Amino acid sequence: MTEQKPVDMSVKIGGITLANPVMPASGTFEEGLARVFDLNRLGALVTKTVTAEIRKGNPVPRAAESANGLLNAIGIPSKGIPYYLEHTLPFYRQFTPPVITSISAPTVDGFAEIARAMSVPGVSVLELNISCPNIEEGGRAFGLTARGAERVVKTVKAVTKLPVWAKLTPNSHEVPEVALAALEAGAEAVVVANTVLALAIDAETFTPVLGNVLGGLSGPAIKPVNLRHVYQTANRVQIPVIGCGGISNAVDAVEYMLAGATAVQVGTASFIQPNAMPDIIDGLAAFCRRKGIGRVAGLTGALITKSGEKACSL
Amino acid sequence: MMSKPDMASRETAFSSAPFEPAVVAERTVVVAHEEVNSEYRFLAVRASPVAAAAKPGQFFNLLCPEPPGLNPFLRRPMSLYGSDPALNRVEFLYKIVGAGTRGLTQLSVGDELDVVGPLGRGFRFDPAWRSVVLVGRGVGLATLAPVCRAVKAGGANVTALLSARSRAVLVSAAVMQSGGADVVPVFDEDGSSAPAKVERLLRDLIEAGRCDALFTCGSARLARLMKTLALEYDLPAQIAMEQHMACGLGLCHVCVRDFDVGGEIVSRRVCWDGPVFDLREALP
Repeated sequence: MTEQKPVDMSVKIGGITLANPVMPASGTFEEGLARVFDLNRLGALVTKTVTAEIRKGNPVPRAAESANGLLNAIGIPSKGIPYYLEHTLPFYRQFTPPVITSISAPTVDGFAEIARAMSVPGVSVLELNISCPNIEEGGRAFGLTARGAERVVKTVKAVTKLPVWAKLTPNSHEVPEVALAALEAGAEAVVVANTVLALAIDAETFTPVLGNVLGGLSGPAIKPVNLRHVYQTANRVQIPVIGCGGISNAVDAVEYMLAGATAVQVGTASFIQPNAMPDIIDGLAAFCRRKGIGRVAGLTGALITKSGEKACSL
Repeated sequence: MMSKPDMASRETAFSSAPFEPAVVAERTVVVAHEEVNSEYRFLAVRASPVAAAAKPGQFFNLLCPEPPGLNPFLRRPMSLYGSDPALNRVEFLYKIVGAGTRGLTQLSVGDELDVVGPLGRGFRFDPAWRSVVLVGRGVGLATLAPVCRAVKAGGANVTALLSARSRAVLVSAAVMQSGGADVVPVFDEDGSSAPAKVERLLRDLIEAGRCDALFTCGSARLARLMKTLALEYDLPAQIAMEQHMACGLGLCHVCVRDFDVGGEIVSRRVCWDGPVFDLREALP
């Protein structure tokens, strides 16, 4: 076997360099995975969304299987700020990858409160979950509109020195505009995207399957949808896009990076294969070696047309 | 990488020992698969030492083969029926109920079965107990079989009150009997499983000093009865609970149930905080 130069797996997102581009999607990551593989292998550690208020979450059933996907309506259970600072954060700080703390709130002022509370040593980035309902605007998610995203990001940037990533919703009809607004308000990156709003019905009983009626669809079923959002967004904004949605293997991750993603988040796949993330990291490196690509970052936006021209404006 | 003040010391601490998984995701090989009765099947796989070290009450999340026309997306949780670290063997006893278990029926000896486990917190045992009472029904009978084995191995007596619709679908009785348990089968078909009769049997055992602890699985009705008795007689009691589950590792918060902890309602994950819980806090 010939000696091969190792692939440079590092990627840069704003001022932060990650050891590799693979990290968990918020809401799908907990200390349980530390029993399965060494969390130090990950590019970053993205926590579940923490809110200032204690939230119990939604009634069961909280999940429904679908063709190649999963609907969930967990309802962001949160034990609040003190629990996060005393238990959750110290657990993740045992590991070397940067801690990305996902935060949310039902109001803009609420975002300022939780952002201030989470701007502590050990937190490297605040990821804003703006896919949650804004109670000041009739429950519409902040991330559905450019204006909603801008207000949240601007407010958070005013109270923290930490880099801010905005996690967008694929349910907006103007994802690139929302991303642009987040960028102009000071976001260092956008995560594209959260789950797709969906419904599951039990025909036998005439009832919705989920306790919350509506839920978010994730898994391979939504990959082409969010891949499209990444492609359109990366062509519009000059900040890193972190791809998310149905990534189950290294090839999925490559596709997201070709479409313009700098890094990727993996969620539902870990429910089926808890080693999905380390397997994707190994697979990405193997893919780059096979293609003679020295740096994984070289995949970002490398999409070409059938005639060989650059198809991504990155 | 972003600088963190204590990063260097953490790296040193972590580089000193190679990572050892406590939960494995692996392809096991089917070594036995038999029909027990019209509803239940016995399945044994050859697994890794980590998997074969599973304890009573723990479970595995199985990637079931797809039955014709169906494509279950998630794994299916399956409680441990038996494990043998010496043979690297893990055993399940399952009832054919849905897409996952119907898929399992397709497995033949020599086939691979992708499993994640061992998962969850199992039953806890106190060496001071001289006699324990197991009460199970349905698939709960499978979960209690390794409990019986563990209690007997610890030198205590076991009374196993096993409830089933009929004698034809009763499982675990033979294995518990040969293991030295005093097995009391009760059935719907002859009325012996009626709540009042089961309650009488349990009160007699408790009042005769033959019950230092209670274990249950598989019936909410029986669990509620046992909770009442556990509180009345101040007995330790444990229940293995079920809930619709996705990841099995505490990641997704799908399988939550409420518990009454000193008057405060607390939400817990069945897969991570359980599946075995203090029956006196459970709300079955």
